[in-house]
Amino acid sequence: MTPILEAANLRVTFGTGVAAVRGISLGVARGETHCLVGESGCGKSVTALAIMGLLARTAQRSSDVLRFDDYDLMRMSEREMSRVRGDKLAMIFQEPMTSLNPAYTIGSQMAEVLERHRRVSRAAALDRAAELLARVGITAPGMRLKQYPHQLSGGLRQRVMISMALMCEPELLIADEPTTALDVTVQAQILRLLQSLQRELGLALLLITHDLGIVARMADRVSVMYAGEIVESAPTAALFSAPSHPYTRGLLRCIPVPGSVRRDEPLGSIPGVVPRIAPGFVGCAFRDRCDHAIPDCARVVPRKSAAPGHDYLCRLDAA
Amino acid sequence: MTCVVELRDVRREFRAPQRVVHAVDGVSFTLAEGDVLGIVGESGCGKSTLARVILGLIPPTGGEVLVDGRSLASMDRRERARLIQPVFQDPFSSLNPRHRVRDIVRLPLAAQGDIPAAKQRDRVMQMLERVGISAEMAERRPAQLSGGQRQRVAIARALVLHPRIVVCDEPTSALDVSVQAQILNLLAELRRDLGLTYLFISHNLAVVEHIATDVAVMYLGRFVEQAPVDALFRDPRHPYTRALLASVLTPEPELGIPDVGLGESYPDPANIPPGCRFHPRCPMAEERCGREAPDGIVRHGRLVECLLA
Repeated sequence: MTPILEAANLRVTFGTGVAAVRGISLGVARGETHCLVGESGCGKSVTALAIMGLLARTAQRSSDVLRFDDYDLMRMSEREMSRVRGDKLAMIFQEPMTSLNPAYTIGSQMAEVLERHRRVSRAAALDRAAELLARVGITAPGMRLKQYPHQLSGGLRQRVMISMALMCEPELLIADEPTTALDVTVQAQILRLLQSLQRELGLALLLITHDLGIVARMADRVSVMYAGEIVESAPTAALFSAPSHPYTRGLLRCIPVPGSVRRDEPLGSIPGVVPRIAPGFVGCAFRDRCDHAIPDCARVVPRKSAAPGHDYLCRLDAA
Repeated sequence: MTCVVELRDVRREFRAPQRVVHAVDGVSFTLAEGDVLGIVGESGCGKSTLARVILGLIPPTGGEVLVDGRSLASMDRRERARLIQPVFQDPFSSLNPRHRVRDIVRLPLAAQGDIPAAKQRDRVMQMLERVGISAEMAERRPAQLSGGQRQRVAIARALVLHPRIVVCDEPTSALDVSVQAQILNLLAELRRDLGLTYLFISHNLAVVEHIATDVAVMYLGRFVEQAPVDALFRDPRHPYTRALLASVLTPEPELGIPDVGLGESYPDPANIPPGCRFHPRCPMAEERCGREAPDGIVRHGRLVECLLA
């Protein structure tokens, strides 16, 4: 089946030639959850904004393929893009407080989405909003529609963001750290909700997170980003059972897992920091932090296959 | 075993027109030298207010904090600073951006007023080296450091007076996992080498399990369960502790997203429910839970504030 979202060799550079995204390729199939995981500054959020056409003006985007459904996103004007965005292609952000307008009620912000993309009356749009609020588990939706964002808790605001993204029945939802600002108990509720909505509506979900626990529990496929590149991509079970890139292996060792703590041993950690990628950088970006680095790692790195559908960017043989 | 910190029914209220927020609502515990008490709970449960009370940054509105058997309220700032020091969550806002690293770390020594300048400099450089900050980095300002390096500077500043107790309030929450592990390892090492006692506040249970010797679970201003770390994680008794533990997403792909069964009603410290404060969200709640307060119940050799535990 052809994926609903497909990117090949997507690159984003900012004004001075700093490359934030350095030639990544990924696809998301209908009904699939694809997790993009990495630490801060690895380029995962910039990737999302590049797909949505929401990059700052100083950014340059190039790509061999950047396709959503039947749309060639590279060729679309801002006007055409704004018709798709919020309609078939929706996004939710990390901080639900800053992405809701504090001056308008929940109802008016939600209704606006539908009014913009469909010919509907305000009353019909509000009905749909109430229906979706109920769908995401908000009690007394009629009352919530009349409230302002500051009157809602963080968990409720994120539920509002999700239902707002669903107003036009999108086919692809991009969620950038949707639960990072929330408590673990609320996080579990929100992720369960996303999962059940996805199954029910056949949504494709591109989920961006730094949390490998979320990845393990949510993803069908995982792509690990480091310094603007996808260094490993695999079906979820394969990534956790046979991680092949040294960075992926290092990340997995860093997570303290409840129930398997050995208190006298230090946690695994990755020494050093993410390098700055200057224009003209060649070779493996992880080599300064890697135990296996040899002089050859400063040359162009091959993308190898560990198994069907599982590839990684390293000269080493698979685990 | 000497008891370094003792809290006796500590309370802290914040008064606003028509609202009284009971941020800390009767917390008692003792902490022995070398112990690490992990305090976990959701945002708004009062854990940071408790940290500020123990640091002496705000006075309690009730109860007493004893350090080394003496009341915190009877000490002056300098004396308190020699005993207790903080490490805060956000190393981006807790370090003065206009000062050099060496001056940031020197400030606690200078504030004591009786340490010669040459000695101050030596102790600063020793401590920076101990936490992995080079002499060259000591000349920089915080903006020129990474998040992990800044947190190392914050730790050096906290330890430069050789305090006995360090209050860590979410010390790794703003850091990436690879850096978080470096900082946790450093904190564990320093505790062992310097014989420190930690109060370690975090919303991340996995982190707490790794570093703590004892864990307290805080809900709406009270410790609802407290136990040695292994006992608490192996056999949680309070339904809230169970829900918290169930919400932790470990990297196990075969498990799905758990149903924690807490409902959407969010706790409000200005409006604490009668009876058991957790009963409106509790999946096990019975009728009497709305009437009887389970304060101070000890079962299975530990504090479990639950009528049904």
